[in-house]
Amino acid sequence: MTDTILVVVEQREGKLNRVSWETIAAGQALAAETGWTLEAAIVGSVGDLAKEVAGKKVSKVYEIESPKLAPYTPDAFSVALKQFIESKQPKLVLMPHTYQVRDFVPKLATAMGRTVISDCIGYKKEGDKLVFTRQMLQGKFSADVSFTSDAPWFVTFQNGAFRGDKAEAGSAAAPVETVNVEIADNIVRNKPHEVFKEAKQAVDLTQAEIIVSVGRGIKEQKNIELAKQLAEALGGEISASRPICDAGWLPMDRQIGSSGQTVAPKLYLALGISGAIQHIVGMKGSRTVVAINKDSEAPIFEIADYAVVGNLFEVVPPLIEEVKKAKAGG
Amino acid sequence: MKILVCIKQVPQKDAPLKLNESGTWIREDVSYEVNEPDAYALEEALRQKEKHGGEVVVITSGPARSQQVLREALAKGADRAIHLEDNAFVGLDAFNTARVFAAAIKDEQFDLIFTGLQSDDYGYAQTGVVLAELLGWPHATIIMQIEKSDAGIRVKRELEAGFFQFVDMPLPAVLTIQSGINKLRYATLIGIKNAKNKPLRKVTLAEVQSAIGENLQKIERMYIPQKTKKTEFLEGSSSEIAKKLVDKLRNEVRVL
Repeated sequence: MTDTILVVVEQREGKLNRVSWETIAAGQALAAETGWTLEAAIVGSVGDLAKEVAGKKVSKVYEIESPKLAPYTPDAFSVALKQFIESKQPKLVLMPHTYQVRDFVPKLATAMGRTVISDCIGYKKEGDKLVFTRQMLQGKFSADVSFTSDAPWFVTFQNGAFRGDKAEAGSAAAPVETVNVEIADNIVRNKPHEVFKEAKQAVDLTQAEIIVSVGRGIKEQKNIELAKQLAEALGGEISASRPICDAGWLPMDRQIGSSGQTVAPKLYLALGISGAIQHIVGMKGSRTVVAINKDSEAPIFEIADYAVVGNLFEVVPPLIEEVKKAKAGG
Repeated sequence: MKILVCIKQVPQKDAPLKLNESGTWIREDVSYEVNEPDAYALEEALRQKEKHGGEVVVITSGPARSQQVLREALAKGADRAIHLEDNAFVGLDAFNTARVFAAAIKDEQFDLIFTGLQSDDYGYAQTGVVLAELLGWPHATIIMQIEKSDAGIRVKRELEAGFFQFVDMPLPAVLTIQSGINKLRYATLIGIKNAKNKPLRKVTLAEVQSAIGENLQKIERMYIPQKTKKTEFLEGSSSEIAKKLVDKLRNEVRVL
Protein backbone atom coordinates (compact mmCIF):
# COMPACT_ATOMS: atom_id res chain seq x y z
CA MET A 1 0.00 0.00 0.00
CA THR A 2 1.39 3.37 -0.94
CA ASP A 3 1.56 6.24 1.47
CA THR A 4 -1.16 8.85 1.45
CA ILE A 5 -1.28 12.62 1.47
CA LEU A 6 -4.46 13.96 3.03
CA VAL A 7 -5.62 17.49 2.27
CA VAL A 8 -8.19 18.83 4.73
CA VAL A 9 -10.17 21.49 2.90
CA GLU A 10 -12.00 24.28 4.71
CA GLN A 11 -15.58 25.40 4.45
CA ARG A 12 -16.94 28.64 5.72
CA GLU A 13 -20.62 29.31 6.03
CA GLY A 14 -21.42 26.47 3.66
CA LYS A 15 -18.91 27.48 1.00
CA LEU A 16 -15.44 26.17 0.29
CA ASN A 17 -12.78 28.60 1.37
CA ARG A 18 -10.96 29.40 -1.90
CA VAL A 19 -7.60 28.84 -0.23
CA SER A 20 -8.54 25.14 -0.11
CA TRP A 21 -7.77 24.91 -3.86
CA GLU A 22 -4.25 26.11 -3.15
CA THR A 23 -3.78 23.29 -0.64
CA ILE A 24 -5.16 20.81 -3.19
CA ALA A 25 -2.64 22.16 -5.73
CA ALA A 26 0.15 21.72 -3.14
CA GLY A 27 -1.03 18.17 -2.48
CA GLN A 28 -1.09 17.37 -6.21
CA ALA A 29 2.46 18.68 -6.63
CA LEU A 30 3.67 16.66 -3.65
CA ALA A 31 1.84 13.55 -4.83
CA ALA A 32 3.43 13.82 -8.29
CA GLU A 33 6.87 14.09 -6.77
CA THR A 34 6.57 11.38 -4.11
CA GLY A 35 4.30 8.95 -5.92
CA TRP A 36 2.00 8.98 -2.90
CA THR A 37 -1.78 8.85 -3.18
CA LEU A 38 -3.69 12.09 -2.72
CA GLU A 39 -6.95 12.15 -0.79
CA ALA A 40 -9.06 14.99 0.55
CA ALA A 41 -11.35 15.38 3.54
CA ILE A 42 -13.93 17.91 4.53
CA VAL A 43 -15.01 18.17 8.15
CA GLY A 44 -18.71 18.73 8.82
CA SER A 45 -19.56 18.83 5.12
CA VAL A 46 -22.49 20.85 3.84
CA GLY A 47 -24.45 20.21 0.63
CA ASP A 48 -22.37 19.31 -2.40
CA LEU A 49 -19.01 20.61 -1.22
CA ALA A 50 -17.44 17.14 -1.23
CA LYS A 51 -18.54 16.67 -4.86
CA GLU A 52 -16.93 19.97 -5.77
CA VAL A 53 -13.63 18.72 -4.34
CA ALA A 54 -14.11 15.31 -6.02
CA GLY A 55 -13.96 17.05 -9.39
CA LYS A 56 -10.27 17.67 -8.83
CA LYS A 57 -7.52 15.15 -9.42
CA VAL A 58 -7.70 13.30 -6.09
CA SER A 59 -8.19 9.59 -5.38
CA LYS A 60 -10.96 9.99 -2.87
CA VAL A 61 -12.89 12.55 -0.86
CA TYR A 62 -14.09 11.87 2.67
CA GLU A 63 -16.93 13.69 4.37
CA ILE A 64 -16.24 13.51 8.10
CA GLU A 65 -19.61 13.76 9.79
CA SER A 66 -21.09 14.28 13.24
CA PRO A 67 -23.91 16.54 14.42
CA LYS A 68 -21.38 18.05 16.83
CA LEU A 69 -19.20 19.47 14.04
CA ALA A 70 -21.44 22.49 13.46
CA PRO A 71 -20.80 25.15 14.49
CA TYR A 72 -17.01 24.90 14.40
CA THR A 73 -15.24 24.28 17.71
CA PRO A 74 -11.58 23.29 18.17
CA ASP A 75 -12.63 20.48 20.52
CA ALA A 76 -14.95 18.75 18.02
CA PHE A 77 -12.70 19.27 14.98
CA SER A 78 -9.68 17.98 16.83
CA VAL A 79 -11.42 14.85 18.11
CA ALA A 80 -13.05 14.13 14.73
CA LEU A 81 -9.83 14.46 12.77
CA LYS A 82 -7.84 12.48 15.33
CA GLN A 83 -10.25 9.53 14.94
CA PHE A 84 -10.18 9.80 11.19
CA ILE A 85 -6.41 10.15 10.87
CA GLU A 86 -5.75 7.30 13.29
CA SER A 87 -7.91 5.00 11.22
CA LYS A 88 -6.64 6.09 7.76
CA GLN A 89 -3.01 6.71 8.76
CA PRO A 90 -1.99 9.25 6.11
CA LYS A 91 1.70 10.03 5.99
CA LEU A 92 1.26 13.75 5.39
CA VAL A 93 -1.67 15.98 6.35
CA LEU A 94 -1.93 19.33 4.57
CA MET A 95 -4.16 22.27 5.47
CA PRO A 96 -4.36 25.95 4.60
CA HIS A 97 -2.93 28.25 7.32
CA THR A 98 -6.25 29.91 8.07
CA TYR A 99 -7.39 31.35 11.39
CA GLN A 100 -9.59 28.29 11.85
CA VAL A 101 -6.78 25.83 11.19
CA ARG A 102 -4.48 27.77 13.50
CA ASP A 103 -7.17 27.37 16.14
CA PHE A 104 -7.33 23.57 16.12
CA VAL A 105 -4.35 22.01 14.36
CA PRO A 106 -1.75 22.51 17.15
CA LYS A 107 -4.25 20.85 19.52
CA LEU A 108 -4.86 17.97 17.11
CA ALA A 109 -1.16 17.35 16.55
CA THR A 110 -0.40 17.55 20.27
CA ALA A 111 -3.20 15.10 21.06
CA MET A 112 -1.49 12.68 18.65
CA GLY A 113 2.01 13.41 20.02
CA ARG A 114 2.96 15.04 16.73
CA THR A 115 3.90 18.51 15.50
CA VAL A 116 2.84 21.00 12.85
CA ILE A 117 5.21 22.83 10.53
CA SER A 118 3.02 25.87 10.15
CA ASP A 119 2.61 28.69 7.64
CA CYS A 120 4.85 27.13 4.96
CA ILE A 121 5.45 28.75 1.59
CA GLY A 122 6.82 25.71 -0.22
CA TYR A 123 8.52 22.34 0.04
CA LYS A 124 11.59 20.56 -1.28
CA LYS A 125 12.24 16.89 -1.77
CA GLU A 126 15.83 16.11 -0.93
CA GLY A 127 16.47 12.45 -1.59
CA ASP A 128 13.92 10.62 0.55
CA LYS A 129 13.45 13.58 2.82
CA LEU A 130 10.80 16.26 2.61
CA VAL A 131 11.61 19.71 3.96
CA PHE A 132 9.13 22.52 4.21
CA THR A 133 10.09 26.13 3.66
CA ARG A 134 8.72 28.81 5.97
CA GLN A 135 9.52 32.40 6.72
CA MET A 136 11.30 33.33 9.93
CA LEU A 137 11.80 36.62 11.74
CA GLN A 138 8.99 38.40 9.91
CA GLY A 139 10.17 37.29 6.49
CA LYS A 140 13.77 38.44 6.83
CA PHE A 141 14.88 34.81 6.49
CA SER A 142 13.54 31.60 5.05
CA ALA A 143 14.15 28.27 6.71
CA ASP A 144 13.88 24.68 5.51
CA VAL A 145 12.28 22.69 8.31
CA SER A 146 12.06 18.92 8.57
CA PHE A 147 10.13 16.49 10.74
CA THR A 148 12.18 14.55 13.28
CA SER A 149 9.10 12.70 14.52
CA ASP A 150 7.07 9.85 13.06
CA ALA A 151 4.19 10.39 10.64
CA PRO A 152 1.55 11.67 10.40
CA TRP A 153 3.26 14.92 9.57
CA PHE A 154 1.11 18.04 9.74
CA VAL A 155 1.86 20.98 7.45
CA THR A 156 -0.06 24.21 6.90
CA PHE A 157 0.52 26.40 3.85
CA GLN A 158 0.36 30.18 3.77
CA ASN A 159 -2.39 31.85 1.78
CA GLY A 160 -1.01 32.42 -1.72
CA ALA A 161 1.85 29.90 -1.44
CA PHE A 162 0.37 27.85 -4.29
CA ARG A 163 -1.86 28.77 -7.22
CA GLY A 164 -5.41 27.64 -6.55
CA ASP A 165 -6.26 27.90 -10.24
CA LYS A 166 -3.51 25.35 -10.95
CA ALA A 167 -5.38 22.63 -9.03
CA GLU A 168 -5.87 20.00 -11.73
CA ALA A 169 -9.28 18.60 -12.52
CA GLY A 170 -9.61 14.81 -12.46
CA SER A 171 -10.46 12.72 -15.55
CA ALA A 172 -13.49 11.42 -13.68
CA ALA A 173 -15.11 12.42 -10.38
CA ALA A 174 -13.38 10.86 -7.41
CA PRO A 175 -15.49 8.66 -5.11
CA VAL A 176 -16.96 10.36 -2.05
CA GLU A 177 -17.20 8.41 1.19
CA THR A 178 -18.98 9.54 4.33
CA VAL A 179 -17.23 8.70 7.58
CA ASN A 180 -19.21 9.15 10.78
CA VAL A 181 -17.20 9.99 13.87
CA GLU A 182 -18.20 9.65 17.50
CA ILE A 183 -17.90 12.79 19.59
CA ALA A 184 -18.93 12.27 23.22
CA ASP A 185 -21.27 14.76 24.90
CA ASN A 186 -18.69 16.28 27.22
CA ILE A 187 -16.04 16.90 24.54
CA VAL A 188 -17.15 20.30 23.28
CA ARG A 189 -16.53 22.94 25.92
CA ASN A 190 -16.75 26.20 23.95
CA LYS A 191 -20.12 27.63 22.95
CA PRO A 192 -19.68 29.78 19.85
CA HIS A 193 -22.24 32.40 18.84
CA GLU A 194 -23.11 33.51 15.32
CA VAL A 195 -20.32 34.91 13.16
CA PHE A 196 -20.78 38.63 12.51
CA LYS A 197 -19.19 41.57 10.77
CA GLU A 198 -18.39 44.69 12.72
CA ALA A 199 -20.34 47.82 11.70
CA LYS A 200 -20.45 48.06 7.93
CA GLN A 201 -17.20 48.76 6.18
CA ALA A 202 -17.14 52.31 4.94
CA VAL A 203 -14.61 51.59 2.21
CA ASP A 204 -14.17 48.62 -0.04
CA LEU A 205 -10.47 48.74 -0.79
CA THR A 206 -10.73 45.65 -2.96
CA GLN A 207 -12.20 47.82 -5.72
CA ALA A 208 -9.45 50.48 -5.59
CA GLU A 209 -7.05 50.64 -8.55
CA ILE A 210 -4.45 52.67 -6.72
CA ILE A 211 -3.63 52.28 -3.03
CA VAL A 212 -1.16 54.25 -0.95
CA SER A 213 -0.44 52.30 2.22
CA VAL A 214 1.41 53.40 5.34
CA GLY A 215 3.32 51.44 7.97
CA ARG A 216 5.29 52.11 11.11
CA GLY A 217 7.79 54.20 9.14
CA ILE A 218 5.23 57.02 9.07
CA LYS A 219 6.26 57.50 12.72
CA GLU A 220 3.53 59.91 13.90
CA GLN A 221 -0.19 60.29 13.42
CA LYS A 222 0.18 63.78 11.94
CA ASN A 223 2.36 62.38 9.14
CA ILE A 224 -0.60 60.36 7.83
CA GLU A 225 -1.64 63.62 6.15
CA LEU A 226 1.36 63.41 3.83
CA ALA A 227 0.33 59.94 2.66
CA LYS A 228 -3.24 61.15 2.20
CA GLN A 229 -2.01 63.95 -0.04
CA LEU A 230 -0.12 61.45 -2.17
CA ALA A 231 -3.17 59.18 -2.40
CA GLU A 232 -5.30 62.14 -3.40
CA ALA A 233 -2.83 63.29 -6.04
CA LEU A 234 -2.79 59.77 -7.51
CA GLY A 235 -6.55 59.43 -7.27
CA GLY A 236 -6.23 56.42 -4.99
CA GLU A 237 -7.29 55.19 -1.58
CA ILE A 238 -5.26 55.21 1.61
CA SER A 239 -4.69 52.09 3.68
CA ALA A 240 -2.31 50.87 6.36
CA SER A 241 -0.62 47.93 8.00
CA ARG A 242 -2.02 46.62 11.24
CA PRO A 243 0.02 48.65 13.79
CA ILE A 244 -1.24 51.91 12.29
CA CYS A 245 -4.87 50.86 12.70
CA ASP A 246 -4.19 49.39 16.15
CA ALA A 247 -2.89 52.81 17.16
CA GLY A 248 -6.10 54.40 15.83
CA TRP A 249 -4.28 56.56 13.27
CA LEU A 250 -6.51 55.18 10.52
CA PRO A 251 -9.81 53.29 10.96
CA MET A 252 -9.71 49.48 11.11
CA ASP A 253 -11.54 49.20 7.78
CA ARG A 254 -8.45 50.61 6.05
CA GLN A 255 -6.25 47.77 7.22
CA ILE A 256 -4.58 45.51 4.66
CA GLY A 257 -3.41 42.05 5.64
CA SER A 258 -4.48 38.71 7.05
CA SER A 259 -6.79 40.33 9.58
CA GLY A 260 -7.93 43.11 7.25
CA GLN A 261 -8.73 43.38 3.57
CA THR A 262 -7.00 41.53 0.73
CA VAL A 263 -6.38 43.76 -2.26
CA ALA A 264 -4.95 43.48 -5.76
CA PRO A 265 -4.81 47.01 -7.21
CA LYS A 266 -2.91 48.13 -10.30
CA LEU A 267 -0.57 50.09 -8.06
CA TYR A 268 0.26 49.48 -4.41
CA LEU A 269 2.55 52.13 -3.03
CA ALA A 270 3.96 51.12 0.37
CA LEU A 271 5.32 53.92 2.54
CA GLY A 272 7.40 52.86 5.53
CA ILE A 273 5.99 49.34 5.50
CA SER A 274 8.54 46.68 6.45
CA GLY A 275 6.48 43.87 4.94
CA ALA A 276 5.65 41.43 7.73
CA ILE A 277 4.06 38.24 6.42
CA GLN A 278 0.66 39.21 7.82
CA HIS A 279 0.70 42.34 5.69
CA ILE A 280 2.15 40.76 2.54
CA VAL A 281 -0.62 38.17 2.29
CA GLY A 282 -3.09 41.02 1.93
CA MET A 283 -1.41 42.79 -0.99
CA LYS A 284 0.95 40.49 -2.85
CA GLY A 285 -1.56 40.09 -5.66
CA SER A 286 -1.04 43.75 -6.58
CA ARG A 287 0.00 44.23 -10.20
CA THR A 288 2.75 46.71 -9.38
CA VAL A 289 4.29 47.28 -5.96
CA VAL A 290 6.31 50.40 -5.20
CA ALA A 291 8.06 50.43 -1.82
CA ILE A 292 9.71 53.35 -0.08
CA ASN A 293 11.55 52.35 3.08
CA LYS A 294 14.72 53.46 4.83
CA ASP A 295 15.72 49.89 5.75
CA SER A 296 17.34 48.29 2.69
CA GLU A 297 16.71 44.84 4.18
CA ALA A 298 12.97 45.33 4.67
CA PRO A 299 11.13 42.25 3.35
CA ILE A 300 8.74 44.49 1.38
CA PHE A 301 11.54 44.97 -1.16
CA GLU A 302 11.40 41.24 -1.94
CA ILE A 303 8.09 41.74 -3.67
CA ALA A 304 8.55 45.31 -4.92
CA ASP A 305 8.75 46.14 -8.63
CA TYR A 306 10.17 49.58 -7.89
CA ALA A 307 12.09 50.26 -4.73
CA VAL A 308 13.34 53.42 -3.10
CA VAL A 309 15.71 52.97 -0.17
CA GLY A 310 15.43 56.29 1.60
CA ASN A 311 13.60 58.64 3.88
CA LEU A 312 9.95 58.79 2.87
CA PHE A 313 9.63 62.29 4.34
CA GLU A 314 12.16 63.51 1.78
CA VAL A 315 10.88 61.51 -1.18
CA VAL A 316 7.10 61.89 -0.85
CA PRO A 317 6.76 65.72 -1.02
CA PRO A 318 8.53 66.04 -4.41
CA LEU A 319 6.69 62.91 -5.56
CA ILE A 320 3.34 64.59 -4.83
CA GLU A 321 4.44 67.61 -6.89
CA GLU A 322 5.59 65.46 -9.82
CA VAL A 323 2.35 63.46 -9.79
CA LYS A 324 0.32 66.68 -9.83
CA LYS A 325 2.41 67.98 -12.73
CA ALA A 326 1.94 64.76 -14.67
CA LYS A 327 -1.81 64.79 -14.04
CA ALA A 328 -1.99 68.37 -15.21
CA GLY A 329 -0.54 67.16 -18.49
CA GLY A 330 2.96 68.39 -17.78
CA MET B 1 -8.77 35.94 38.68
CA LYS B 2 -5.32 34.48 38.67
CA ILE B 3 -3.75 34.97 35.26
CA LEU B 4 -0.47 33.68 33.82
CA VAL B 5 0.97 35.60 30.87
CA CYS B 6 3.56 33.87 28.66
CA ILE B 7 6.02 36.41 27.31
CA LYS B 8 8.78 35.94 24.78
CA GLN B 9 11.83 38.05 24.14
CA VAL B 10 12.47 38.49 20.41
CA PRO B 11 14.99 40.46 18.31
CA GLN B 12 14.06 44.11 17.90
CA LYS B 13 12.08 44.84 14.76
CA ASP B 14 14.72 47.01 13.12
CA ALA B 15 17.75 45.09 14.44
CA PRO B 16 20.14 44.01 11.67
CA LEU B 17 20.27 40.23 11.87
CA LYS B 18 23.03 37.85 10.83
CA LEU B 19 22.98 34.09 10.44
CA ASN B 20 24.86 32.05 13.03
CA GLU B 21 27.80 29.83 12.07
CA SER B 22 25.73 26.71 11.55
CA GLY B 23 23.24 28.68 9.44
CA THR B 24 20.30 27.42 11.47
CA TRP B 25 19.38 30.55 13.44
CA ILE B 26 20.56 34.10 13.95
CA ARG B 27 23.56 35.35 15.89
CA GLU B 28 22.45 36.20 19.40
CA ASP B 29 24.37 39.47 19.73
CA VAL B 30 21.44 41.69 18.76
CA SER B 31 19.06 43.99 20.62
CA TYR B 32 15.94 42.36 21.98
CA GLU B 33 12.45 43.47 22.91
CA VAL B 34 9.13 42.04 24.10
CA ASN B 35 7.22 40.13 21.43
CA GLU B 36 4.55 42.66 20.51
CA PRO B 37 1.41 40.50 20.85
CA ASP B 38 2.68 39.37 24.28
CA ALA B 39 2.75 43.01 25.41
CA TYR B 40 -0.97 43.21 24.56
CA ALA B 41 -1.55 39.93 26.42
CA LEU B 42 0.10 41.40 29.52
CA GLU B 43 -1.90 44.62 29.24
CA GLU B 44 -5.13 42.63 29.01
CA ALA B 45 -4.20 40.58 32.09
CA LEU B 46 -3.48 43.77 34.06
CA ARG B 47 -6.85 45.23 33.00
CA GLN B 48 -8.70 42.05 34.00
CA LYS B 49 -7.00 42.15 37.40
CA GLU B 50 -7.94 45.81 37.85
CA LYS B 51 -11.57 44.90 37.13
CA HIS B 52 -11.90 41.62 39.00
CA GLY B 53 -8.97 41.45 41.42
CA GLY B 54 -6.57 38.54 41.57
CA GLU B 55 -2.99 38.12 40.51
CA VAL B 56 -0.94 38.49 37.32
CA VAL B 57 2.09 36.22 36.95
CA VAL B 58 4.47 36.41 33.99
CA ILE B 59 6.63 33.60 32.66
CA THR B 60 9.38 33.39 30.06
CA SER B 61 12.12 30.98 29.03
CA GLY B 62 15.57 31.86 27.77
CA PRO B 63 19.03 32.97 28.89
CA ALA B 64 19.76 35.73 31.43
CA ARG B 65 19.00 38.47 28.89
CA SER B 66 15.36 37.46 28.72
CA GLN B 67 14.83 38.48 32.36
CA GLN B 68 14.45 42.00 30.97
CA VAL B 69 10.95 41.25 29.62
CA LEU B 70 9.90 39.99 33.06
CA ARG B 71 11.31 43.12 34.78
CA GLU B 72 9.37 45.30 32.35
CA ALA B 73 6.18 43.33 33.05
CA LEU B 74 6.69 43.66 36.82
CA ALA B 75 7.24 47.40 36.38
CA LYS B 76 3.95 47.65 34.48
CA GLY B 77 2.09 45.92 37.31
CA ALA B 78 2.53 42.16 37.18
CA ASP B 79 2.77 40.69 40.69
CA ARG B 80 5.48 38.11 40.23
CA ALA B 81 7.57 36.36 37.60
CA ILE B 82 8.86 32.92 36.67
CA HIS B 83 12.05 32.65 34.63
CA LEU B 84 13.07 29.37 33.05
CA GLU B 85 16.65 30.43 32.72
CA ASP B 86 18.90 28.58 30.32
CA ASN B 87 20.18 29.09 26.82
CA ALA B 88 18.92 25.61 25.97
CA PHE B 89 15.30 26.82 26.10
CA VAL B 90 15.86 29.02 23.03
CA GLY B 91 16.10 26.06 20.67
CA LEU B 92 12.97 24.25 21.86
CA ASP B 93 10.08 23.80 19.46
CA ALA B 94 6.54 24.85 20.43
CA PHE B 95 5.69 21.39 21.78
CA ASN B 96 8.68 21.32 24.15
CA THR B 97 8.29 24.97 25.16
CA ALA B 98 4.69 24.29 26.17
CA ARG B 99 5.83 21.19 28.08
CA VAL B 100 8.41 23.06 30.14
CA PHE B 101 5.89 25.83 30.89
CA ALA B 102 3.39 23.20 32.05
CA ALA B 103 6.07 21.62 34.25
CA ALA B 104 7.08 24.97 35.75
CA ILE B 105 3.50 25.82 36.80
CA LYS B 106 2.38 22.36 37.93
CA ASP B 107 1.89 23.51 41.54
CA GLU B 108 0.00 26.69 40.59
CA GLN B 109 -3.72 27.13 39.98
CA PHE B 110 -4.45 29.69 37.31
CA ASP B 111 -7.87 30.64 35.98
CA LEU B 112 -6.49 31.92 32.70
CA ILE B 113 -3.29 31.69 30.69
CA PHE B 114 -2.63 34.32 28.03
CA THR B 115 -0.09 34.21 25.22
CA GLY B 116 0.38 36.53 22.27
CA LEU B 117 -1.18 35.08 19.12
CA GLN B 118 2.25 34.35 17.64
CA SER B 119 5.87 35.31 18.01
CA ASP B 120 7.71 37.75 15.78
CA ASP B 121 10.72 35.41 15.49
CA TYR B 122 9.51 31.84 14.78
CA GLY B 123 5.92 32.81 14.09
CA TYR B 124 4.63 29.25 14.57
CA ALA B 125 1.47 30.44 16.37
CA GLN B 126 1.24 27.19 18.33
CA THR B 127 2.62 27.37 21.87
CA GLY B 128 -0.59 28.62 23.52
CA VAL B 129 -2.83 26.02 21.88
CA VAL B 130 -0.35 23.22 22.56
CA LEU B 131 -0.18 24.29 26.22
CA ALA B 132 -4.00 24.18 26.48
CA GLU B 133 -4.04 20.63 25.13
CA LEU B 134 -1.26 19.50 27.50
CA LEU B 135 -3.19 20.95 30.46
CA GLY B 136 -6.50 19.56 29.20
CA TRP B 137 -8.02 23.07 29.14
CA PRO B 138 -10.25 24.68 26.51
CA HIS B 139 -8.75 27.48 24.46
CA ALA B 140 -9.65 30.22 22.02
CA THR B 141 -7.34 32.06 19.66
CA ILE B 142 -6.88 35.57 18.26
CA ILE B 143 -8.91 37.22 21.02
CA MET B 144 -10.06 40.85 20.82
CA GLN B 145 -12.22 41.11 23.97
CA ILE B 146 -12.67 39.24 27.26
CA GLU B 147 -15.61 39.54 29.65
CA LYS B 148 -16.27 37.59 32.80
CA SER B 149 -19.60 35.74 32.76
CA ASP B 150 -21.50 33.64 35.29
CA ALA B 151 -20.24 30.37 33.87
CA GLY B 152 -16.76 31.49 32.93
CA ILE B 153 -15.85 33.99 30.24
CA ARG B 154 -17.20 35.37 26.98
CA VAL B 155 -14.47 36.16 24.45
CA LYS B 156 -14.53 37.82 21.05
CA ARG B 157 -12.53 35.91 18.43
CA GLU B 158 -11.23 37.64 15.37
CA LEU B 159 -11.90 35.64 12.21
CA GLU B 160 -10.61 36.47 8.77
CA ALA B 161 -11.82 39.19 6.40
CA GLY B 162 -13.35 41.40 9.07
CA PHE B 163 -15.55 38.77 10.74
CA PHE B 164 -15.81 38.17 14.48
CA GLN B 165 -17.47 35.70 16.81
CA PHE B 166 -18.33 35.62 20.50
CA VAL B 167 -17.56 32.37 22.30
CA ASP B 168 -18.65 31.36 25.81
CA MET B 169 -16.19 29.14 27.59
CA PRO B 170 -15.54 27.70 31.05
CA LEU B 171 -12.46 28.35 33.18
CA PRO B 172 -9.65 27.55 33.42
CA ALA B 173 -8.77 28.36 29.80
CA VAL B 174 -5.94 29.44 27.53
CA LEU B 175 -6.39 32.48 25.28
CA THR B 176 -4.07 33.75 22.55
CA ILE B 177 -4.33 37.53 22.36
CA GLN B 178 -4.40 39.66 19.21
CA SER B 179 -2.39 42.89 18.97
CA GLY B 180 -4.59 45.96 19.29
CA ILE B 181 -7.03 44.43 21.82
CA ASN B 182 -6.25 47.37 24.11
CA LYS B 183 -3.96 50.37 24.45
CA LEU B 184 -0.62 49.58 26.05
CA ARG B 185 0.45 51.39 29.20
CA TYR B 186 3.93 52.61 29.99
CA ALA B 187 5.74 51.63 33.16
CA THR B 188 5.78 54.44 35.74
CA LEU B 189 8.87 55.42 37.71
CA ILE B 190 7.26 54.14 40.88
CA GLY B 191 6.38 50.93 39.05
CA ILE B 192 9.97 50.44 37.97
CA LYS B 193 11.11 51.03 41.53
CA ASN B 194 8.56 48.61 43.00
CA ALA B 195 9.44 45.95 40.45
CA LYS B 196 12.81 45.44 42.10
CA ASN B 197 11.13 44.03 45.21
CA LYS B 198 8.68 41.74 43.44
CA PRO B 199 9.31 37.98 43.53
CA LEU B 200 11.04 36.38 40.56
CA ARG B 201 11.33 32.61 40.70
CA LYS B 202 14.09 31.07 38.65
CA VAL B 203 13.62 27.60 37.26
CA THR B 204 16.71 25.75 36.08
CA LEU B 205 16.93 23.44 33.11
CA ALA B 206 17.49 20.52 35.50
CA GLU B 207 14.16 21.14 37.25
CA VAL B 208 12.15 20.68 34.05
CA GLN B 209 14.52 18.41 32.12
CA SER B 210 12.22 15.42 32.51
CA ALA B 211 9.49 17.30 30.61
CA ILE B 212 11.68 17.86 27.56
CA GLY B 213 11.60 15.33 24.77
CA GLU B 214 13.32 15.38 21.41
CA ASN B 215 12.21 18.31 19.29
CA LEU B 216 9.62 17.07 16.80
CA GLN B 217 10.82 19.40 14.05
CA LYS B 218 14.17 20.80 13.11
CA ILE B 219 15.48 23.81 11.20
CA GLU B 220 17.80 22.26 8.62
CA ARG B 221 19.06 25.58 7.34
CA MET B 222 18.15 29.22 7.29
CA TYR B 223 18.97 31.69 4.52
CA ILE B 224 18.11 35.04 2.97
CA PRO B 225 15.02 34.46 0.84
CA GLN B 226 15.46 34.31 -2.89
CA LYS B 227 13.79 37.13 -4.70
CA THR B 228 10.84 36.11 -6.79
CA LYS B 229 10.44 39.50 -8.40
CA LYS B 230 12.86 41.63 -10.35
CA THR B 231 13.13 44.80 -8.36
CA GLU B 232 14.32 48.03 -9.92
CA PHE B 233 15.96 50.30 -7.38
CA LEU B 234 15.46 54.01 -8.07
CA GLU B 235 18.36 56.14 -6.91
CA GLY B 236 19.42 59.77 -6.86
CA SER B 237 18.31 62.88 -5.04
CA SER B 238 14.76 62.99 -3.74
CA SER B 239 13.58 65.09 -6.67
CA GLU B 240 15.33 62.80 -9.17
CA ILE B 241 13.71 59.76 -7.54
CA ALA B 242 10.32 61.48 -7.70
CA LYS B 243 10.77 62.21 -11.43
CA LYS B 244 11.94 58.65 -12.20
CA LEU B 245 9.05 57.13 -10.27
CA VAL B 246 6.45 59.30 -11.98
CA ASP B 247 7.97 58.33 -15.33
CA LYS B 248 7.54 54.64 -14.42
CA LEU B 249 3.99 55.19 -13.18
CA ARG B 250 3.10 56.93 -16.41
CA ASN B 251 4.91 54.87 -19.04
CA GLU B 252 5.18 51.39 -17.54
CA VAL B 253 2.57 50.99 -14.82
CA ARG B 254 0.26 53.27 -16.80
CA VAL B 255 -1.73 54.64 -13.92
CA LEU B 256 -1.09 58.33 -14.61
